Amino acid sequence: MGSFIFIAHDGTLRSLEVPAGTSAMQAAVANGITGIVAECGGSQMCATCHVYVDAAWLPKLAPMQAPEDAMLDSAASERKANSRLSCQILMSAELDGLVVHLPERQV
Amino acid sequence: MTQSDASTSDIDPFSTEYLLDPYPFHEQLREAGPVVWLSKWNCWGTGRHKEMNEVLADPKTFCSGAGVGLANFNNEKPWRQPSMLLEADAPEHTMRRAVVGKVLSTGNLRRLRADFEVAAAALVERLMEKRAVDAVAEVAEPYILKVFPDAVGIGQEGRENLIPYGAMVFNALGPQNELFQESMVGIKEVSDWVMKNFLRENLRPGGLGLEVYEAADAGQVTLDEAPILVRSFLSAGVDTTVNAIGNALWCFANHPEQWQKLRANPALSRSAFEEVLRFEAPFQSYFRTTTKDTSLAGTAIPGNQKFFMSVGAANRDPRRWDQPGTFNIERQTTGHMGFGGGIHGCVGQMIARLEVEVLLTAMASRIARIEVSGPTTPRLNNVLRGFDTLPLTLYPAH
Ligand code: HEM
Ligand code: FES
Repeated sequence: MGSFIFIAHDGTLRSLEVPAGTSAMQAAVANGITGIVAECGGSQMCATCHVYVDAAWLPKLAPMQAPEDAMLDSAASERKANSRLSCQILMSAELDGLVVHLPERQV
Repeated sequence: MTQSDASTSDIDPFSTEYLLDPYPFHEQLREAGPVVWLSKWNCWGTGRHKEMNEVLADPKTFCSGAGVGLANFNNEKPWRQPSMLLEADAPEHTMRRAVVGKVLSTGNLRRLRADFEVAAAALVERLMEKRAVDAVAEVAEPYILKVFPDAVGIGQEGRENLIPYGAMVFNALGPQNELFQESMVGIKEVSDWVMKNFLRENLRPGGLGLEVYEAADAGQVTLDEAPILVRSFLSAGVDTTVNAIGNALWCFANHPEQWQKLRANPALSRSAFEEVLRFEAPFQSYFRTTTKDTSLAGTAIPGNQKFFMSVGAANRDPRRWDQPGTFNIERQTTGHMGFGGGIHGCVGQMIARLEVEVLLTAMASRIARIEVSGPTTPRLNNVLRGFDTLPLTLYPAH
């Protein structure tokens, strides 16, 4: 188990406890966090699960693979250095407490 | 093989009875257990959402390379050269998927929206002149056969071949029953047309098909792979979306209050399509093959066994969905299985979404009400669900 912390565009904070291996996208969708749309359900096809990872946590994430990198160029909100697809961020002991910020829009 | 610890079911998911009305069978399949031995075809299967997700998330154990139909390519020769995406495993699948995924990604498709909107508006104009129309022959097929081959870069001539070609490809995922045999009749000419049209020299510059060849020039896939990858667009991208549009109009005709919701807020077109895919999935079932002895939901499954998954059943699994039998376009549908999931999740999903979103938006702006005006006929296929004929009356807005 571990927690993902979501900070919505309006500043609202939610902390969700999930089993290891659960993606941040799955956690958000299962708990009604509407700032994540996740149309493709995690196939790296839609970029509607875009998040900005809190700077302090960035080094702890597994490096981005080519499909994620390409997909992020399609994101509806501006791509930044800390942009990631939340469907590719999986809970682990390392990431317990991970903070992500939600972009203004996903579509 | 003994299946002592799993529930056994004699459901035949390829029988006419099942295909005509799968829902009672889906329920039996789901309620028989998380993992079921299907005695008719000597394979395993599930109708539950959770187990299907687990299978799709573990492609090393539940592979696609031995075929995603009933046939096990480890034991029998494939009937055609297998798809290089759908029926391939890592590592070969990985790079091809990255290339095709990029060609079919949201960002790359953005430029198509305006063309789709023009086509949809012109179609709706024609429909409103007639008002009594067939949802398949006069809405879904003309629209898809216009926008999709245009996007891929295929010539105008002979596009109707794509429908029987797709029907045959999907029927071949089931047993070699009558449905399959029927779809093979006259297929030689159809296949010849398809083979010609995915060749580089016949693809229009600026189209999605040629972009796959350009990726091959850049060394991302080989020049031998490129035509077969373009073939996968043509096999998988037409019948699925045609059925999806027919199913969508069927849903809206039967749930007029949902059509009113859409009319009041056309931005719901996108999520409405997701609910159609959940509620009446066009691609109903497919298989994996176990690569080793494994276990799922406490049931031991040996290696080299076929594993059946019912999308339709998982999409209405009450363990996952609240009021699964209710069509509600405002539902939170993420996690529906209509486009599959995991590494093989539909690579064409963003173009399918764009096509249908644009069409539904155009229809919602002009049509006040949709009614089914006569008897319908199903388009039976071993793994697809949709209509052959669906007569509708369209009532104009204002
Ligand atoms: C509403 C329309 C569609 C539906 C319901 C649908 C459904 C699916 C499903 C369920 C899968 C997964 C199969 C598996 O895991 O074994 C899949 C894969 C695939 N689809 Fe679609 N599809 C649609 C439209 C399209 C379009 C428009 C294209 C082409 C542009 C396409 C091309 C493919 C390909 C190439 C694969 C294999 C992907 C891979 O294995 O990596 N599909 N589709
Ligand atoms: S859910 Fe679609 S890219 Fe992450």
